[in-house]
Amino acid sequence: MATEVEAPVLGEYMKVPNIEPDSMVGSKPYVAKPDHNTPLGFPGELVDGWEQKAVTKLGELVSQSRALQVFLDSCVKCGACTDKCHYYLGTSDPKNMPVARQDLLRSVYRRHFTFAGKFFPKLVGARDMTKDVLDEWYSYFHQCSQCRRCSVYCPYGIDTAEISMAAREIMDSVGQGQKYTNEILVKVHKIGNNLGLPGPALANTLEGLEEDVKDDTGVDVKYPLDVKGAEVLLVTPSADFFAEPHVDGLIGYGKVFHAAGVSWTLSTHASEAGNFGMFVGSSANLHKVAMRIREAALDLGVKRIVVGECGHAWRVAYSFWNTLIGPFDFLDPRYPVPQHICEFTYDLIQKGALKFDKSANDDKVVTFHDSCNVARASRMGNMPGGQFVIPREIIKATCNHFYDMAPETIGEGTFCCGGGGGILTDELLDLRIKGAMPRMQALKDVIEEHGVTHMAAICAICKAQFTKIVPYYKLPMDMIQSVHGLVSKAIVLNAKE
Amino acid sequence: MSAVTVIYALLFYIATAILVIGVARKIFIYARTPQPLKIPTTPAPTTRLGVAARMVREVTVFESLFKSNKWTWLFGWIFHLCLFVELIWHLRYFTEPVLFFLPWLQWFINFTGYGMVVGLLGLWGRRFLVDRVRYISNLSDHLMLALLVGIGASGLAMKFLFHTDIVALKAFFLGLMSFSLQPLPADAPLLVHLTLVATLMIVFPVSKLLHAPGVFFSPTRNQVDNPREKRWVAGWSAEIDNTKKAAG
Repeated sequence: MATEVEAPVLGEYMKVPNIEPDSMVGSKPYVAKPDHNTPLGFPGELVDGWEQKAVTKLGELVSQSRALQVFLDSCVKCGACTDKCHYYLGTSDPKNMPVARQDLLRSVYRRHFTFAGKFFPKLVGARDMTKDVLDEWYSYFHQCSQCRRCSVYCPYGIDTAEISMAAREIMDSVGQGQKYTNEILVKVHKIGNNLGLPGPALANTLEGLEEDVKDDTGVDVKYPLDVKGAEVLLVTPSADFFAEPHVDGLIGYGKVFHAAGVSWTLSTHASEAGNFGMFVGSSANLHKVAMRIREAALDLGVKRIVVGECGHAWRVAYSFWNTLIGPFDFLDPRYPVPQHICEFTYDLIQKGALKFDKSANDDKVVTFHDSCNVARASRMGNMPGGQFVIPREIIKATCNHFYDMAPETIGEGTFCCGGGGGILTDELLDLRIKGAMPRMQALKDVIEEHGVTHMAAICAICKAQFTKIVPYYKLPMDMIQSVHGLVSKAIVLNAKE
Repeated sequence: MSAVTVIYALLFYIATAILVIGVARKIFIYARTPQPLKIPTTPAPTTRLGVAARMVREVTVFESLFKSNKWTWLFGWIFHLCLFVELIWHLRYFTEPVLFFLPWLQWFINFTGYGMVVGLLGLWGRRFLVDRVRYISNLSDHLMLALLVGIGASGLAMKFLFHTDIVALKAFFLGLMSFSLQPLPADAPLLVHLTLVATLMIVFPVSKLLHAPGVFFSPTRNQVDNPREKRWVAGWSAEIDNTKKAAG
């Protein structure tokens, strides 16, 4: 399958393509089976009378969300967003322009809930909810990574992520769920993490890490699991337990805790920072997945919660946890709840509590990929934009050679990796490769200009996506790094013991 | 009283009622609908004051649009600014004595009518020339532009070509406001202008013109970025009670 897929050719600079209608209409993920749906509270398969049920659900969602209410009314079709989505830039399919994607749902909303759409449907492009519309939804709402880049540039702040979450929730509510996300949600509810790693497997992996680090450094760095009374509960994406380059990040977190002399623990019950409940727009599942963290924190009696490198997880943690699983009155009020591992490490660097040998990373010329959910849906530190400064300061403290990519492709304008939002699945590989094009273009430019050899990220999905797709752009997969993998390499441990 | 006067008097009473009630209803709905989660587009201000400043920048200089597309920004901003000045200027037909600051606008008014039309034509041109914008344009988008261009053009026609009796016009509108009908000058450009304006008022609450009140309610722009410092709950999220579950 992979061999059929070809990457776009990168030119001198990125061009906004002319539209090629329906060029991606065939791209759609596998539909969820009943086993993936019913445990989440969704019907097993497409229900009878789904057309009416979908419309009713749409009305319900709009009445419960000011965002939807305002976003569906306010678009003036100015076109400001049309060249902002990485999937449009990579595929040329006009339905991947944010406004056109929104219109797939807005057209149905107009038909059933607005005066203009009820009486003058042709005039305002209103449509009934039909099988064709549902098929289009299924295809194109799974070509959105909910990265919010469009919302930065919209004069009304219309966020297509909110619309695509709503569309996915409506589809789930009538039994047209997506296999990849729903299967993972079932796993996290049952076992505690997206990968379905049971407790003993985790314990085994962590033991192995301790041995590796001991062999490597001669220092007894601990990777504790389910330790009651630890100061910090670390919640991290489960990919950190075994995937490359994720696990280098986990090794790095452990070394930082060790160097800081702070007791910490992972939890079997909350062995997942990711929360795919957000991707499918399901508040019930979003809440249920998040609750595992509150339960684990109370059960283990920790004082602080720190979150590992993961983009959407950090959005859920930073922006939603206090709402969903707060109040956090049982934790130490002197620290932000939750705290990002980068904030934790950066604080220690500021205090001079960590020692680095930057030359350990001298084999690398590093650039940094801002992950969309960290960049546009959260913060680090106590000032707006801290999410851009802090990871870069960590990299600069641990590496001698750092160069940023073009300014319009980082910070709040960062391009998604192409695999976020619940579409990191093999049957969408073509979309993922094309969607990565804008980031690959910016990366190619710094490779040519500054000799960049490595790109660091702070998101499990970004790391997995890039590792998979950079070979299609003729780049080596091991060029993708965890920020705390760089920390791990450069940190000097014996000093503190 | 002529039929024209009666018809236009009724038209403006109805249009005003639809505009005021329709927009008030929408604002009520926006205000009443909860926003259960914090979703500001970051980096976002961390204080209320900062949010107010962001909103002021958004509605006065179209900050986000400026980041996005300089041509759309330029035409859009010129149009909106000129429309705004014209709206204020038109208060002279509704106030006696006229508001003290209206004479200050006298000089600008020489350009704002043209500015409106130029801005609109620029925006309209994009709907034909840029394939992406052509793709997303509905018939209603073209009609809305036609309506606004018509309003601007008929206004310009009266200002520079076919002068109308503005003293009588003012008497008509002051009369409407005190419910005593005064004759309306039945000049063709004026009647076209007034018909188009009334049409705009009527479609306002059921069209994309709702972006005007909508922008103030947009959660990605009006929320404070302080979810860790202050627990946010609204709508379904306000019904979450973790204390019981946590005890178990």
